[in-house]
Amino acid sequence: MRFMLLFSRQGKLRLQKWFLATADRDKKKLVRELMQVVLARKPKMCSFLEWRDLKVVYKRYASLYFCCAIEGQDNELITLELIHRYVELLDKYFGSVCELDIIFNFEKAYFILDEFVMGGEIQDTSKKSVLKAIEQADLLQEVRHPCGASLGSTP
Amino acid sequence: MALKMVKGSIDRMFDKNLQDLVRGIRNHKEDEAKYISQCIDEIKQELKQDNIAVKANAVCKLTYLQMLGYDISWAAFNIIEVMSASKFTFKRIGYLAASQCFHEGTDVIMLTTNQIRKDLSSPNQYDTGVALTGLSCFVTPDLARDLANDIMTLMSHTKPYIRKKAVLIMYKVFLKYPESLRPAFPRLKEKLEDPDPGVQSAAVNVICELARRNPKNYLSLAPLFFKLMTSSTNNWVLIKIIKLFGALTPLEPRLGKKLIEPLTNLIHSTSAMSLLYECVNTVIAVLISLSSGMPNHSASIQLCVQKLRILIEDSDQNLKYLGLLAMSKILKTHPKSVQSHKDLILQCLDDKDESIRLRALDLLYGMVSKKNLMEIVKKLMIHVDKAEGTTYRDELLTKIIDICSQSNYQYITNFEWYISILVELTRLEGTRHGHLIAAQMLDVAIRVKAIRKFAVSQMAMLLDNAHLIASNTQRNGICEVLYAAAWICGEFSEHLEEANQTLEAMLRPKVTTLPGHIQAVYVQNMVKLYASILQQKEQAGEKEAAQEITQLMIDRLPQFVQSADLEVQERASCILQLIKYIQKLQVKEVPVAEEVIALFAGELNPVAPKAQKKVPVPEGLDLDAWINEPPSDSESEEEKPKTIFHDEEQRHSRHRQPEIDEEELARRREARKQEQANNPFYIKSSPSPQKRYQDTPGVEHIPVVQIDLSVPLKVPGMPMSDQYVKLEEERRHKQKLEKDKKKKKQKKEKRGKHHRHNSLHTESEEDIAPAHHVDIITEEMPENALPSDEDDKDPNDPYKALDIDLDKPLADSEKLPVQRHRNVETLKSPDSEALLVEKKSKKPKKKEKKHKEKEREKGKKKEKKGEDLDFWLSTAPPPAPTTQPQSEPEVGAALVAEPQEIKKEEREEQDEEEDDEGKKSSKHKKKKHKKEEKSKDKKKSKKKTHHSEEETTESVQNGTLDDEPLPPMSSYRLLAENPYIKMTYDIQGNLQNDSQVTVSVIFENKSTSFLKSMELNVLDSLNTRMLRPEGSSVHDGIPVPFQLPPGISNEAQFVFTLQSIVMAQKLKGTLSFIVKNDEGSTHEKLDFKLHFSCASYLITTPCYSDAFAKLLESGDLHMSSIKVDGISISFQHLLAKICFHHHFSVVERVDSCASMYSRSIQGHHVCLLVKKGENSVSIDGKCNDSTLLSNLLDEMKETLSKC
Repeated sequence: MRFMLLFSRQGKLRLQKWFLATADRDKKKLVRELMQVVLARKPKMCSFLEWRDLKVVYKRYASLYFCCAIEGQDNELITLELIHRYVELLDKYFGSVCELDIIFNFEKAYFILDEFVMGGEIQDTSKKSVLKAIEQADLLQEVRHPCGASLGSTP
Repeated sequence: MALKMVKGSIDRMFDKNLQDLVRGIRNHKEDEAKYISQCIDEIKQELKQDNIAVKANAVCKLTYLQMLGYDISWAAFNIIEVMSASKFTFKRIGYLAASQCFHEGTDVIMLTTNQIRKDLSSPNQYDTGVALTGLSCFVTPDLARDLANDIMTLMSHTKPYIRKKAVLIMYKVFLKYPESLRPAFPRLKEKLEDPDPGVQSAAVNVICELARRNPKNYLSLAPLFFKLMTSSTNNWVLIKIIKLFGALTPLEPRLGKKLIEPLTNLIHSTSAMSLLYECVNTVIAVLISLSSGMPNHSASIQLCVQKLRILIEDSDQNLKYLGLLAMSKILKTHPKSVQSHKDLILQCLDDKDESIRLRALDLLYGMVSKKNLMEIVKKLMIHVDKAEGTTYRDELLTKIIDICSQSNYQYITNFEWYISILVELTRLEGTRHGHLIAAQMLDVAIRVKAIRKFAVSQMAMLLDNAHLIASNTQRNGICEVLYAAAWICGEFSEHLEEANQTLEAMLRPKVTTLPGHIQAVYVQNMVKLYASILQQKEQAGEKEAAQEITQLMIDRLPQFVQSADLEVQERASCILQLIKYIQKLQVKEVPVAEEVIALFAGELNPVAPKAQKKVPVPEGLDLDAWINEPPSDSESEEEKPKTIFHDEEQRHSRHRQPEIDEEELARRREARKQEQANNPFYIKSSPSPQKRYQDTPGVEHIPVVQIDLSVPLKVPGMPMSDQYVKLEEERRHKQKLEKDKKKKKQKKEKRGKHHRHNSLHTESEEDIAPAHHVDIITEEMPENALPSDEDDKDPNDPYKALDIDLDKPLADSEKLPVQRHRNVETLKSPDSEALLVEKKSKKPKKKEKKHKEKEREKGKKKEKKGEDLDFWLSTAPPPAPTTQPQSEPEVGAALVAEPQEIKKEEREEQDEEEDDEGKKSSKHKKKKHKKEEKSKDKKKSKKKTHHSEEETTESVQNGTLDDEPLPPMSSYRLLAENPYIKMTYDIQGNLQNDSQVTVSVIFENKSTSFLKSMELNVLDSLNTRMLRPEGSSVHDGIPVPFQLPPGISNEAQFVFTLQSIVMAQKLKGTLSFIVKNDEGSTHEKLDFKLHFSCASYLITTPCYSDAFAKLLESGDLHMSSIKVDGISISFQHLLAKICFHHHFSVVERVDSCASMYSRSIQGHHVCLLVKKGENSVSIDGKCNDSTLLSNLLDEMKETLSKC
C-alpha cells in the first residue's frame, strides 16, 4: 500500500498516511487529484479504480471516504477488508465513531492506524491485539501524565 | 474514560489545545487562512518556551495544520525535540509529527539517528514501538544503514509486539539499504516459523514483498511457503503466499503443477471472496506459465471461469469489476473458455458503472470471432449512440476499431461492412479520435485491394459532405477523416465514378478552413484526381471538357496559394504553375494526360513499423567509417575554425566569392522583385492577382451538386452498416444451403432440411468464407530482417537493488555497520554467517554426502538451492510414467541430463534388440533382456551397499545406470513415488495358470532413513483380486518380505487372480511403511494405481508360419484394424517395440510387412498383420475375442503414437 487517505464528502482531508516518504508538494498534488476522482464517482459505482500507475480502493462510510492507493499486484478485496477493519477498530475505540471523533482526536486515529498497518503492510490481523496495544499505550500516557502536568504548570 | 481525563487535564493547562484549534478553525470558516496564520504565530511562541509539554502541544497542533495542507517543515527541529522527550505522551506526538512531515529532503533528519537508536533499545516496548512506526515512514538510506543492525537485533526481541514491528520495518530498511538484505535474511527466514502468528505473518509479508520484485532469489523458499500455505488458516497470510507463488511459477513450471491442486481445493472451499479471487488469479498465472501441454488443466480453467461468472453475476459492483478483470487475464490464453460467456459480458455493457463497462469492453476485444464480429460491433454501435459523455464514447470508438483491426483484420469477413462502420463513426461529434478512424480508412484502402472501389465511393461521399464533418474545425477532431478521404480518392482515382464531382467538392472555398495538413493533402490529391480526369477526357476525345477542368483548377487553386500554411502554399503554387503549363500545351492541342499521370504512377506498399530498424547491416559495411576522407587537419590550419559550422561557412563563401559580381546581383534583385510580385502577401506588388482570385470567375458554369440536407447527420446515400449485418446473415445462410445441397444432393428434402438446421449450430469459424476474395497486403519487411524484439527493462526500478542472491554465504565485507562504543548486544557477521550455514544445511543434509561426491566427479558446481528445490519438486507425480527412470538417486542432475541421454540409450538398446532378433527367436530375446535387467538391478543394489568402497567404479556406473533413466524399452513402469520410496512394476502372465498374473514390484528407498514394515494393499475389484495368504481378509495388506536400508532397492512379487482378461483393469492400492531415522520414526503412506493392460495378459509364444496360416483360415477369428500416422522409426524398431511391450513374436516378415502372433493366458489366439507405409503403420488383427482385440489394438496405438 502506498498511502491512505480519509476525507469528507466536501473534500476536506481528515487523515493522510504516507507509507512511502513523499515531498509535501507531491502529496498535495496527489491528494487533490485523487479526491477529485473519487468524489466524482457515483454511489453505485464499484470501489476500485485505476489511477496513474496505482489502483485505488475506496469505501464510503457515512460522510467519510476511506481511500487506499495500492500497487498493481495487490489484492483489491483484501484492501477493502483492511479499510473495513480499520473502521471497526475506530468504532470500537471511540464507541460508534463519527467524523467529529476523528477530527478532534485525529492523533488517536493515527495511533490506531499505526498499530494496525505499518510501512504499508498489515501488522496485526487481530483486532483484539491492536486495541490492546493502543489501550496500554494510552494507559502509559495517562500514568505519566500527572508528572507531565506538574512540570507543565511550573512556568 | 481515560481518554477524557487526559483531554481534560490538557484543557486546563493551555490557552489553546488541539481541540480549541479545531473548534476555532471550524468557527472561522470565512477567514480560515487568517485565523490559522494567527495560530501559527502562537505556536511559534509556544515552541520557543522551554517547557516540553507546551512544545508537544504546539507540535500536535502543527501536525493537524500539516494535514490541512500547511507547511510545517520549519518546525522540524522542534519536532525532533519533542521526539526526544522522555515522556511517552510527548514522544508519541513527536514521532507522529515526524512520520507525517519528514522525508528524505528533511535536512535535520540525520540528527534523529541517535535518538531513534536510544528509543529502539528502550526498556519500554511502547517507546520502541513508536520509534519503529515513525521510522517506517521516514527512513532514509543513512538511517537505514546506521540502524539496520539495531533493528535486526530487535527481530529477536522477547516481546512479539516488537518482533513483529521490527520484521515489518526491515522491508523498508532493505529498500533503502540493500546491503542489509543478505546479513539479515537468515533471521528473517527464521521468523517464518515464529511461534507468534503476528510475527509470522509479518515475516510472510516482508518476504513476499521482496520475492514479488525479484522472485528468482526466493525459489529455494518454495517448499517452506508451500508448507505454510497448506497449514495456515489466516486469509491475509494465505493471500500473500499465494501471490508469492504466482510470482515464482513463471520461473519454475514444475512448481505450478504442484500448486494447481491445493489452489483448486482452496477455490472450492473458501468463503472469503478476497482469497478466492487471489487463488483464481494465481491459478490463471500458473496456467499461463505452464502454457500448453497440460490438457487436464482445462478443468481448472473451467473452474476459474465458473467462479468468475458467479462474481460477475453478483450484485456487488466490486465483485463484478474484479470478475471481469480476472476474466480478461484468462482470455489471453484460453479465449474459448471465456467466449462461452459472451452473453454475460455483453450484459455488463449496460451496467450503470462506467468502470465496469470499460472492463467489459476490454473483454469483448478478445472474444470476437469471424462469426460474431458484426453482431458485437452492432451492439457497440448502439452503445455509441446512447453513450453520454465523450470519454466513454471515445473509449467505445477506439475499442470498436481495436476489435475490428486486431491481428490484421483477422475477423473481418466483409470489408464493405467495415468501411461503412468507419463512415458511420465519422458522425460522432467532438471525438478526439478522428485520426484513428482516418488511419483505419487509409490502412484498409491500401491493404485490401478488392475494397478500393467501394472505399473510394464512400470517401467521395464524405468529401462531398465535408461541411457536415468539418462544421467546427478547430475543436473537432473528426475532420481528420477528410485527410484520409482526400488521399484515398486521389490515390485510387481510377475507381472514382464521378471524379468531376469529387474534384469540385475538394475545391470548395470551405476547404480552406480545414487544418493545414489536411489542406495540403487536398491539394496534392486534387492533382491526382485532375490527372485521371484529364486522361479520361483525352481518351474520350473530349478536348473541351479537358480544358474546362484545367481551367477549373487554375481558377480555384489560388485560394490555396494564399494559405497561411507553408506546406499548402508551397504545394499549391507548385501545382498551379504545373497546371498553367499544361494549359499552354492543351491550347497547342498536345496530348498531356499520359505525362501528367506518370507523375503519380507506381503503387505504395505498406511498410512494417519496425522494418527500418530491422534491416541488418550488410557485411562489410561500417556505418562509423567515413564515406569521404575527413578534412585533414592541415587544411584548416591557417583558419583554425572553432566549429564545424564555422568551417563550412568559410569554405562556402570561398567558393561563392568569384560568382558574386555586379551581374549576378542585378539578376538576384530582379528575381526578388519577381518573387515579391507573385506573393499575395507582399503588399507592394500590383493588386491584380489578388483581384482575380477574389472574383473567381466561371462559378456559374460549374455544375453544382445538390445536397440533400434533410437528414443532416446521416450522410445521404450511404449504406448503413446494419444492412451488411443482414446481408451477411443471408449470405452465410446461402453458403450453408449450398454446402448442404452439395452434401445431401441425393437425400430427401425433409432430411436435408433437418441437417441444415443441425449444422447451423455447429458452424465453425472456417466455414465462413469472406464475402469477396480479400487480399490483405501484409506489411513489407526487409529481407533478412531480424525477428528479435528485445524488451527493455526499466533501469530505474527501485527494487532492482534488491535483486540479491540470498544463498551465497556471507562475506566478511558484508557486515552490517555496528556502533562499537555502545554496549548493546550486537550481532556480528560471523555469527550470522554461521546461522546461515546452519539454516542451509538443515534441509539438504540428507542428500549432501552423495551429492558432494558426484559434484566433484562431474566438476560441476550446482547450486544447492537448485537441488533442494528439485528434490522437493520431484515429488510431484511425473507426467509420463513410462519413461521414468527406475532408480533415481539424484533427481536434480537426472532432470538436467535426461533428454539427450534417453535418446542415446534408446538407440543403443534398439540396436541391441535388432541384433538379437536376427539370431534368436523373439521369446528368447525377451527373456534374455529380462534377465539382463534383473542382474543390473542386483548389481546396483550391491553397489549401493558398498557405497564408499567402490566409489570410483560406481561413478562409472552412475553415468549409465543409476543416474540416467532406463530406456523406454524397460518393461518396468513407475507405480508411485514420494520422497521416501519409489515403486516400479511389471506384470507377467502365468502360463501354468490361466487366471493368474504375477506383478513384480521394485521398491527403492530414496531417502536417508530406514524403511520397514512395508505393507502393500490393493482394493480388489470383482474381476481382479490380489492373492492373499489363507485366512486373511480382503482388507488385509500383504507384508513386503524385506526392509530397505537407505538407497537400497529390492523386488517383491504379488500374484493376482482374474476372471475376464478382455479388458484392461486399474486397481487402487496403498503402500504403508515406517520411516525410521535419528529423529524417530513416522508412519507413511503412498497411494498408487496398478494398471493391468491387456498386453500383460499375453504371453509371448512362438508360432510357425503354416500353423499361423491355418489359424487365419479357420475363420472363427474376429477382425479389427488400426492405422497410426506419423511413424518415423524404422520398421525393425517398430516390430521390436510391439514384441517387447505387447508380448508378440514375429512369424514372418517380408519387406515392410510382417505377421505376428501371441497367445493370452486364457488361450486366445492373437494374430497381427503389420504393414508400414510412408509415414504410417497399419495393423490388422484377428482374435477369438473381439473386445480383447480392440483393446489390444488401442494399447498398441498408444505405444506407437509415442514413437
